[in-house]
This record gives sequence, structure tokens and C-alpha cells, in this order.
Amino acid sequence: METDTATIRVARYRPEKSEKPYFQEYKVPYRKDTVVLDALNQVKAEQDGTLAYRWSCRMGVCGSCGANVNGVPKLTCATFLHEFKGKSLTIEPLANFPVIKDLVVNIDDFMEKLLKVKPWIIRDKQSPPEEGEYKQSGKELDRYAQFSSCINCLLCYAACPIYGLNEDFLGPAATALAYRYIADSRDQGKKARFPIVHDLEGVWECTLIGECSVVCPKGVDPMLAIQKTKILGAMEAPKTMLSPETLKAILPRGGE
Amino acid sequence: MEHLTHDILVVGGGAAGLRAGIAAVERSPKLSVAIVSKVYPMRSHTVSAEGGMAAVTREYDSLDSHAYDTIKGSDFLADQDSVEYFVKQAPHEAVQLEHWGCPFSRDPDGRISVRAFGGMSVKRTLFATDKIGFHLLHTLFQTSLKYDRIHRYDEWFVTSLLTNANRVEGVTAIDIRTGELFTILAKAVIIATGGCGRVFQFTTNGWIKTGDGMALAYRAGVPLKDMEMVQYHPTLLPNTGILITEAARGEGGYLINKDGERFMKRYVPGKMELGPRDIISRSELTEIKEGRGFEGRYGSYVELDLRHLGEKKIEEKLPFVKELAEKYVGIDPAHDPIPVRPGQHYQMGGVHTNIEGFTGLGGLYAAGEAACVSMNGANRLGSNSLTECLVYGAVAGETVADYVAKQPTPSFGNPVQGLAMTEETRIYDGLLKHENGERTSTIRIDMQKGMEEHVGIFRDENSLREGCRIIEDLKKRMTNSTVDDKDRVFNTDLVSALELDFMLDCAEAITYSARARTESRGAHSRIDYPKRDDTSFLKHTLAYRNPNGPRMEYLPVTITRWKPEERVY
Repeated sequence: METDTATIRVARYRPEKSEKPYFQEYKVPYRKDTVVLDALNQVKAEQDGTLAYRWSCRMGVCGSCGANVNGVPKLTCATFLHEFKGKSLTIEPLANFPVIKDLVVNIDDFMEKLLKVKPWIIRDKQSPPEEGEYKQSGKELDRYAQFSSCINCLLCYAACPIYGLNEDFLGPAATALAYRYIADSRDQGKKARFPIVHDLEGVWECTLIGECSVVCPKGVDPMLAIQKTKILGAMEAPKTMLSPETLKAILPRGGE
Repeated sequence: MEHLTHDILVVGGGAAGLRAGIAAVERSPKLSVAIVSKVYPMRSHTVSAEGGMAAVTREYDSLDSHAYDTIKGSDFLADQDSVEYFVKQAPHEAVQLEHWGCPFSRDPDGRISVRAFGGMSVKRTLFATDKIGFHLLHTLFQTSLKYDRIHRYDEWFVTSLLTNANRVEGVTAIDIRTGELFTILAKAVIIATGGCGRVFQFTTNGWIKTGDGMALAYRAGVPLKDMEMVQYHPTLLPNTGILITEAARGEGGYLINKDGERFMKRYVPGKMELGPRDIISRSELTEIKEGRGFEGRYGSYVELDLRHLGEKKIEEKLPFVKELAEKYVGIDPAHDPIPVRPGQHYQMGGVHTNIEGFTGLGGLYAAGEAACVSMNGANRLGSNSLTECLVYGAVAGETVADYVAKQPTPSFGNPVQGLAMTEETRIYDGLLKHENGERTSTIRIDMQKGMEEHVGIFRDENSLREGCRIIEDLKKRMTNSTVDDKDRVFNTDLVSALELDFMLDCAEAITYSARARTESRGAHSRIDYPKRDDTSFLKHTLAYRNPNGPRMEYLPVTITRWKPEERVY
């Protein structure tokens, strides 16, 4: 396998040094199996220890190494340099998030949204473990399995034009996870979650552009989750629209 | 310096830490529990576990069978009381996890599916395709969000334990986002920081596995137990060290040498590819040494052949293996064998604890891979470690919840305050401002190369002596190290330097402990002492930190019902 050299252009932002972001170029060696993360690690270890970015598992499952690569949100551990041979290669922090430093973005907003959708099993009555597992058929598992595969890498938020315009929008991953629980046969929390997902900033904001599903590295289809949630909402509308929770969610805020 | 106060402080937000946190608040809902993690909990390395978690859930199985398999797998170095408690609690924890929403794979009757795993005499490994670690971690993390008494410090890095008269009273921790050092006081601290795989060059472990908690305890005077027991997993991708799960063999995969032979027939004919990991890793190296390996760009390897399983089974049961092979090797495992070789995977040793997770230092507890409750002995069986995180995470959480009820809240006076100020000086005036020293990355790379070369699968006195020398030399070099990044905000260069300092402590404990154990047992394989020696070494190594290399003490193994016997499969 031959070694080549690529020039990568990395967005830098060092708030203690300068208010303004800038670009810095690095030359990195690469082979056919070199990923963008390897290039960043080469820079960090051998050229410039000041470059800041997050990573851990380097196998596409911890979800921490997302960045915009030539404008497209990607896991840097799963994006190969050779795919950009002959082209320029620009690495920027995930779009639509405030930048803390270099490629490190602030994800507080997602962490709050995740909490908001109550991503845990809600049941009227919990059985003690001694009574055994809740049975679930393969079919029941299939209804939510893909939505439970979200690794919270947030590429979908970086790709979402609605979130770019309105940060209150609940957004793809949080909705997919809300739907993951709503669709789980063991869960009875639909009523608790409906006011959240059907809030004004919930699923109805989505205009079905579908970029979220395109960029998802784990084959989750958040747009489908949003669609399914809309359909469930429409079916339940006669019941839920009049419930106090829903009214509270829909009425303008600040009056409480 | 600002200080914060909680009743309980958990260091680490992976499976063991989250389970401990949940157990503590469920036990005593009024307690204030802090989970301090250097990454967002869902990034914790638990996420990378693939194959499954063991628990007795079927009629054909028994607790005694699970216990015996685990003890035999451990080459009789496991404490049998610890194993017995583990197997008894395992089914409870598995069902609890299912109740919390873990998307386990199911049988047609709706029960959680089980698969075969190495060293387990029956199918008892529960799974969620081949991504159990990911699902288990997200289930625990998302469940933990419903407890508002669990307060999280995400992306905070613990740098030291604060002790007062043989009692832990809190930690110092850097808020990585701002670079500010805080003191967090607590009546008890639970270490759940996982392993230290990154001391080696070739490892399945993520970048964050730097043995922080092991080193924290070691520096506070707590011994590290059985650190020489390093698990080398047989199937890593040769270029990256990415793990290909044992479930691939559990589902029927073959290991093949360059003559197309299923070579495990020479080593453990009764188990073949489902032998324990230590034996399979050694067998692979023997095949390679005797000229039956393949040669590739990244050295010699053998092949994991899944072709006979067919596309459908691979897609259904091993989708992540398929994804990893396609992405990182460029092959489809339904049509091509996967190149693999053995590499570091797991640390059987760790912070010495008793069966309640107590370390012997007042208020300090540990659970999960960071701890050594001695249920894995000299070789852990695949799929026992996730269950261990749940069982012993829960034990630690509950024990600590009861313990803190009777303890006073520590105050921010001396000696704690003085220790915190010293720590601030060490980090910011010492390490951060130091100019013109050696870059930490060169020290890290030399450590990883040294450990790989001298403290690997096969060891002897010469290699280990050299390993000890290298570590001592690196420790000296570390005192003159420089970080490039002088900023406070999100300084990953500084955090890496502190992690490296922790890793050197772990590397030291591993190497010295290995040199002192002049026998072969489980994963510890000495060419110069090829036999197990129960007369001299049916005992645990305890390494105590000492300026001139660790002091070694030993502790008898607890035997309850299973007399040590020759380990034949």
C-alpha cells in the first residue's frame, strides 16, 4: 500500500487567542486505509498539540468524532482520506452548534432535548425483576430497533436546515429516540411524550427535507420517526388535542 | 478554588458507574449523587462491547455451571465467593436491564435470546445483535436521566483523590470546557473508570482507556491487584486493533491458518474456536511462529472465516461485524475471511476491592474493569464483564448509600484544601507552564511500544526486566514533559499529559507484577516458567506504589467449593 501526502485545511478557533476563527493547513501522510481521524491524530501527535477535537472508539459507535468534512457532517473515524484524492479537504466543526474550541462543539442543547423526551421506559406498574423479562416478539422489536441505534453523534442536527434556523426545534435524533420509546411494546409513556413531540417546536416544524436520514452513519431514519410520530399524533388528535397537557404545550409560553 | 459537595461521587459514566449511581439513589432517594466523567457518559468505552452478557436464564443451565466455567476460565485465580455472588445476581441484573428497555434480541417465544461464548459450557450469553455494549450503555444512561438526584459533571477530568486520615473526602477535577480546577467533596467515592488498554500499542480499547481510576487509587495508597493479568483478545483487525466480537465464533465462525486448517484442533479439540481467550490468543501466535500464518502489511495474522454462516445469518446476528469488515478492511465477511490477530483487550487486574467494592481506604470503592473484585482471576470469560459491571456496580452503589448515611459531610478545610492547592500548582504551574521539555506524544508512543514488545502475550525474565527499565526511564522523562497547548479552554493536550502520567503508573504495576509472578497461569504466560505453580502462586499479587518501583504483597485466593485442578478443555 503506497503512502501519499494530503493537505488538510482545519478550522481553528481558540477563544483565548482570538475572537475570530481561522483555517490552518497541515500536510499529512495517508494510505488507502487512513481515515480523517487518523490525520487529525497525526497532526496532534507529531505536529501541533494545540489542535482540539473529540474522539474515542475509532470504530463508529461512540459518536464523539463528528465534524463537517467538505461541508458534509461525517464521523471522522469512518471517512477515508483517499476518497478526497485530488480534491481539497476542509474539516470544520459540526454546523449548527456553538463552537467551544477548534472542532469541539457545545452540545448542551441536545443533552437538554434528550432529557425532555423522557428517554426511559415509562409504565404504570413496574414488575420486579424476579417475575422475569417482559416478553417481546421479533415483530415488536422491529418496530423500534432501528431508532434505538442512534449513537447521538449529532450529524443529523448539523445537516438539518430547520435546526439551523430554529434551535428550539426538537430535531431528528431526539425525535427518533422519543419514537423509539413510543414504539416499544414495553412502554406506556406515549401520553407523557406526546405534548413534547407535538409541541409547536416538535415534529410539525419538520418539512421533510430528509438530510438527517442521509447523513446518519448508523442507518437510522429520523425522518421516518418524525413521519410516524406525526401520523400517530394525527390519529390521536381527537383525544389528545383536548387534554390539558396538550393545551399547555400548545398555548404560548410565559403565561404559567 | 471553588468547591462543590455531594454525598457520593462516582468517577466514570460507563456501565459500572451508571449502575452504581442508579443503585445509590434507588436505595436512598434523598442522596445527592455526582457522576463525574471525562466524556459524555454515552461515549464511555462500554459502548464498544459487542458479543453479549452472561447470565443463567435457561432451564438447562445452572448457577453452579456458570460459576465453575468462570473459575476454570480464571485458571483458579478467581475468588470463589466473588464468583458465586456474581452468578447469583447476574440473572436479576439482566432482567432489570431488560425492564429498563435494553433492546435484546428475542427468541420466537419472546424471551431474550442466548448464544454460545468461549469457555461457557452452555448457551448463556444474552445479546442485542452484536452491539450489546452500545445498547446497554445507552439504556443505562437514558434511564439515569430520570433521577434528578443524579447530578452529572460531563467532560470533567478527575486528577486526584483528596484524603484525610485514611479516608477519602473528595477529588480535584478539571472542568475541561473552562479549564478550571474544582474540588468536589463527597462522603464516598466510587471508582468506575474502566481499564487501561491504551498503555499498549495494539488494543481494542478506545482512546479514553487510560487507567485513570486505577492510578488515582494507587496514588492514594490502595494496592492494584493482579495487574499482570492482561487479556489479549484473539480477533482484532490487524491494522487498527478494532475488535471483531467473539460472537462471530459463538455463531459458528472458524479460525483458519494459511493451510486452510481449523488450527484450534491442535490446542483445545474439545472446544475448538470456543476455547477461552488466553488459550486461543497463544494458539494464534504459535501458528504464526511455526510458519502457518498469513503475512500482511501490518504483520502476521490468521483468518476468521464466517463464509459458511451465509449472508442471512451474518446480517441478522452479526451486522456490526459486517459493517466493520466492510468499512475498515473492505471485505464482505459472507464472501471473504476476515484477517485477525490477538491484542490487548481487558485488564483482569485493577483496584483491589472486597466483595462489596470496598478498597480498604475509608470511603473509597471501585467497580467494573477498574476494580479487581477477583471474579476473573487470570483470565476472564467473554461476556462476563458487562454483567460484572452491573452486578458489582449495583453492589457498590447500594453499599455506599448505606455507608454515607452514617458519615459526616467533609468540610473544605485542611488537609483537603491544602492538597487541592498543591494539585493546582502541580497542573498549572508545573505541567502547563513547563517549556522546552519533551512532547508527551513521544513518551506515550515509547511506552506503548515498550509494553507491546516486552509485556505481551509471551513473557520471560529478560523481557520483563527490560520492560521495568523502560517504564522507569519513561517516568523520569515524564517529569520533563511539555504540552504545546497553553490555553485553559478544552485543553486536550493537557488532559492527555495527565492521562499519560496515570498510564505510566498502570504500566509500572503491570510490568513489576508480571516479573514477580514466576509461573504461567491464565493470560500470564512465562516462557521461563511454563507451568502453573499452585504451591507458590495460588495467590493474588498486590502492588503498592513506592518511589523506587512498587512493593509486592500477596493475598490468598478464596476457595469455596471448587478445588484447583488442571485446566484442560
